[in-house]
Amino acid sequence: MAKTLTQEFTKGLWEDIAPFRLVLGLCPVLGVTTTMENGIGMGLATTFVLVFSNILVASLRNIIPSKVRIACFIIIIATFVVITELLMQAFAYTLFLKLGVFIPLIVVNCIVLGRAEAFASKNSITLSIADGLGIGIGFTLSLAALGSLRELLGANNLTIWTTPTSIIGVQEVFGPHFQPFTFMVQAPGAFVCLGLMLCLMNLLGSK
Amino acid sequence: MRELIKMVVVLTVLSVLSGGLLSGLRNATAARIEVQQLKFVKGPAIKAILKGVSNDPIKDRFAIKDGETERKFFVGKFDGKANTVAFESYGKGYGGDIGLMVAINMEDDTIVGAGVTTHSETPGLGATAKDDPGFVSQFKGLPIEETFKVTNDGGKVNALSGATITSRAVCAAATEAGGIYQRMKPQLTEKLKEFNK
Repeated sequence: MAKTLTQEFTKGLWEDIAPFRLVLGLCPVLGVTTTMENGIGMGLATTFVLVFSNILVASLRNIIPSKVRIACFIIIIATFVVITELLMQAFAYTLFLKLGVFIPLIVVNCIVLGRAEAFASKNSITLSIADGLGIGIGFTLSLAALGSLRELLGANNLTIWTTPTSIIGVQEVFGPHFQPFTFMVQAPGAFVCLGLMLCLMNLLGSK
Repeated sequence: MRELIKMVVVLTVLSVLSGGLLSGLRNATAARIEVQQLKFVKGPAIKAILKGVSNDPIKDRFAIKDGETERKFFVGKFDGKANTVAFESYGKGYGGDIGLMVAINMEDDTIVGAGVTTHSETPGLGATAKDDPGFVSQFKGLPIEETFKVTNDGGKVNALSGATITSRAVCAAATEAGGIYQRMKPQLTEKLKEFNK
């Protein structure tokens, strides 16, 4: 029964990769992935919240009474989300402008609450850190993959990170004559892309 | 009974700790966040609409209370005279509030320039209000007491194609800016005198 640290870490990267295997936490998955950069930023913010809320929930797991555990988890998660929001405004303002309302929405992201309830409240701190990191990085990779696909087709660019002075990434990947498929960066395009990626994941998983 | 007390105590302690931590962090980051906002949102818009000023409008700013809200004004000096103020007003767009920075020449009450600051409009459609300088430049030189409308509604402003709601919101923001300006003009005149000393 006892799983190793590496197993807890790697399960989030493929086996239980949240958006594609469990189809959880879809609000940010569909909402922010208009560019690869947004996907990475949102993924990292969620990872930060996930790891720290897992640490706190795991360390308080014997103190929190079971009848009010959900309320306690939400307080802990909300605290870290606001910390993320403030820090992002102070140090990565351009990213904050793009992610906007989706940062406060991490509070109600079912992945974060789900890990607190299903894992961190029953396991040790070290295992919970491994779990949080694994799920978080898996989430980041999924968002980055979906974001890059949408940005590539919808805007003909691939942005990894924007600094105030320059953009790290490739502009006009398919050359200047490519007519961007604007549908992809709008909401319906997100559903289509997600559907295609789910299809691909199931295809790979069924073998 | 013991269980009930434990629940109350745990929840209370958690809430108090979280509230204290967050208010501390908020105070610690407030100054830096304001600098970031000025640098990334308001700064570029102000610089674009107040081209050719001899001072730094972001440094020469002041705040006045307008009823409940505190409004920030940025001063522009042309030919050594502080005669222009820039401030932000809002209109309801397709995806939320649209912020419009409006600069007004206080000598003849006309708009020196306008620029969209914050918005959450559709990329490629409404978002062009910010990206296309041709749209906001329509406001340049118009008298501020006007009620701005798009041509469809019988006004003078050409709407962005495919983004009538956005265009209307920008017009509403400009009209609102006129209202704020008329209301606060006496105080603004007083303040500008300080900058002309």
